[in-house]
Amino acid sequence: MDFIANFAGILLGGLSAGTVLFIVSVGLSVTMGLMGFVNLAHGAFAMFGGYVIVLSMNRAHFGFAAALALGFVATAAISVVLERTLYRRLYRASELDQVLFTIGLIFIFIAGAVIVVGPESQTLQLPTALRGQINLGFLQYRTYSIFLIVVGFLSGLGISLAFERTRIGAQIRATVDNRRMAESLGINVDRLFTITFAFGSGMAGIGGGLGAEFLGLDPQYALKYLVYFLIAVSVGGLGSVMGVYYASLILGVLDFVLKLYLPKGGTIFIYALTILLLLWRPQGLFGKKET
Amino acid sequence: MSEPRLETQALSRNFGALKAVQNIDFKLEAGARHALIGPNGAGKTTFVNLLTGVLPPSQGRVLLAGRDITGKGQAERVKLGVARTFQINRLFRGLSVLENISIAVAERKGTAWSMLYPVGRRADVIAESIGLLETLKLADIAGHRVSELPYGRQRLVELAITLALKPEVLLLDEPAAGVPSAESHIILDAIEALPKDIAVLIIEHDMDVVFRFAKHVTVMVSGAVFASGTPRDIEANPQVRAVYLGQAGKGSGRG
Amino acid sequence: MSAAAPTATEHPGARSLITRHRLRWWETLPWIIALGFYVAFPNYLGFGAELLAMILFALSLDLALGYAGIITLGHAAFFGAGAYTVGMLAFYEIWTEPIISLLLAALVAAIIGFLSGLVLLRTRGLTLLMLTLCTMALLQEAANMARAYTGGFDGLPDLAIAPVFGVFEFNPLYANTQYLYSLGVLLVCFIFVRTLIYSPFGQSLTGIRENLLRMHAIGSPVRLRLVICYTISAALAGIAGGLWAQTNAYVNLSALDLDRAATVFIVLILGGYGRLYGAFVGAVAYMALEHFLAKIYPTAWQLGLGLLLVMIALFARNGILGIGEALWERYGARRKAT
Repeated sequence: MDFIANFAGILLGGLSAGTVLFIVSVGLSVTMGLMGFVNLAHGAFAMFGGYVIVLSMNRAHFGFAAALALGFVATAAISVVLERTLYRRLYRASELDQVLFTIGLIFIFIAGAVIVVGPESQTLQLPTALRGQINLGFLQYRTYSIFLIVVGFLSGLGISLAFERTRIGAQIRATVDNRRMAESLGINVDRLFTITFAFGSGMAGIGGGLGAEFLGLDPQYALKYLVYFLIAVSVGGLGSVMGVYYASLILGVLDFVLKLYLPKGGTIFIYALTILLLLWRPQGLFGKKET
Repeated sequence: MSEPRLETQALSRNFGALKAVQNIDFKLEAGARHALIGPNGAGKTTFVNLLTGVLPPSQGRVLLAGRDITGKGQAERVKLGVARTFQINRLFRGLSVLENISIAVAERKGTAWSMLYPVGRRADVIAESIGLLETLKLADIAGHRVSELPYGRQRLVELAITLALKPEVLLLDEPAAGVPSAESHIILDAIEALPKDIAVLIIEHDMDVVFRFAKHVTVMVSGAVFASGTPRDIEANPQVRAVYLGQAGKGSGRG
Repeated sequence: MSAAAPTATEHPGARSLITRHRLRWWETLPWIIALGFYVAFPNYLGFGAELLAMILFALSLDLALGYAGIITLGHAAFFGAGAYTVGMLAFYEIWTEPIISLLLAALVAAIIGFLSGLVLLRTRGLTLLMLTLCTMALLQEAANMARAYTGGFDGLPDLAIAPVFGVFEFNPLYANTQYLYSLGVLLVCFIFVRTLIYSPFGQSLTGIRENLLRMHAIGSPVRLRLVICYTISAALAGIAGGLWAQTNAYVNLSALDLDRAATVFIVLILGGYGRLYGAFVGAVAYMALEHFLAKIYPTAWQLGLGLLLVMIALFARNGILGIGEALWERYGARRKAT
């Protein structure tokens, strides 16, 4: 009985971490699948949103839900501005230029965070409803973690359904599959990308806020977790919501377990497994195989 | 009858439910001047991709001088003498014409692994490259960057880089495509001047080109061979006219 | 037959290709300047030695990224492999002679480069980039895990380096030997890289970078070429790492981290990739700026760097040398017109 509770506790911990990873990374997966643009600055958007959420709660006394909404909107807005003015000019550019540009953006965001807010880590004050523990029957577990898992599941479900059922979802899927064909069918690919980029960045912003509690929130956030976002996206398969969901959860659980039992460098297995998996399936678990 | 240079037996390729190439038996003799025509989407380029090893077949075999090369990849087939040009140029645009050719020559001769001696000292490679450029009347622009050339000349460089591989089988994918009519004669002259023993397959839409060069024509429709014969036969074939010739090429002026 | 060959190679169009590898007068400048630095700034030779190691590191990256088009942010993996090889050999007093240590560093880095290249270079684009990051992170974690041997975060200090050729000692206070030693190593490696670039192998790498599909279409064994290129690049990065460890007499986990890999990437882009001397120009520009600005205003430095990268990506993708080339062409055209 004790073992099951222990096991469930670890699983839930990993799943909640993985959920945050998903919420941040889903935008990156879709935009990369859609436009093929290497946006390493995605983590910087998550950081930006995180700051908006945490600071609006801590300093402006926003409610939790209001802060999340503000975080989404603010991050989406800034991403649209950057997309229209700068990103747009590099869509046809080489990968190298895209990498260069987004690294530059990361530095700007980090420096910006230090200048505007300061180098200290920010903490998220959870609303009282989400503090403490919740009784799951066989186990008492942190309410917030359960909340995250549920939110993540619902988001994943919602986004997948949106992909399958809505017209814009169909347009996105068509463009990911064959861009030229989609354009010739009259789909406004540019506008589609702006919308998707805004949504994905907004989600990342929310993820940054939600995860601030255990991933921390400091100016280095944009770089610290970059590799994990990239792993989640690549392992899941570019453009696949389901893929990045499963990959994020697996990654979250693995990381949690490894940090628990092999704190001194257990994460080495994550890197090794990623390399092995991508060797076996370069397109990721659910990605499109390149002909 | 001597063995055909290139042959396919029951060659097929599916993409899911789409039968892009269906059960094609095809022979290309040494010295052939063979045209492959058909409406857009007939599977012509897919067929060429199967011949060059870019795509593996779903069924069937490809034979080169009697040898089964079905399992061989693109690079291997090039070494065995099968080369192609592309409908859209694939050139090293930032490099000079001479460099483009010499890279191909070096690859063919196996000198591309050499790490110690500079390219400039490999007189054999350079001489051969210049020689090839001279036969194609490109030698005067040998030092020019490809991106600076008019499109017709670029198309000629595409042909030159393929000839640098000394192929026995040459597959030309719409060699005159995109070339302004004022320049198209340079491509056509070059094709006419190709060495007589090379087996040449041309994918074309322009019936004037087909009539000028082809001794044999195959018509592909929806992935299968629709008709095959001399240009005269094909032109006279009422079914072919209905399906294809009426839409494009020679008939388009009167159409 | 032999009468025809000279005529063909004397063809005017072939001139630039044939003479490209010849030494230009200005190619001696970097070395003259380096020697001048030695004479003029005897107090900055420690900084100078670091600069030379950075140039070598950037040069190694140029081979992979600038010439073969392999986009990697994980090149510090090889730098660190070389640094730790030298470091552990020296710290445990297994082998302290510097030149052989460097060769061993190159060997270890080359092996890691070859194995990881075989595996990684099947992928492209974002996947490849991410895998290079993973490989580097993996090595850094491994070095951390083996902290009993590697000294972990604190690293291995006070490395014992035997005198070069048994005569020239490494003095921690006066970096004369370190500087000239580094300069010599850089010179040898540079000659090697320069020869490689102008060889048919180097030309085929340019072909791979310029049009991968065309290289496949001419029967080139592309993946094998890339793996060999990556291996050589790794070996050179390993030498740079070993050099760094020797001149600092110290090695720690920073040799393997993202910061170092990102820095060398920026250095190369700043100078101009795919142009032999980009590494030189970039390293000098970057380290000079960093030396003066970063210590005083670290946040402003990072902001400025970010803006610089964005500008380069949008307007000056070929770095300082690229700007120089563009100006030269425009100036040359204007001179021809008048």
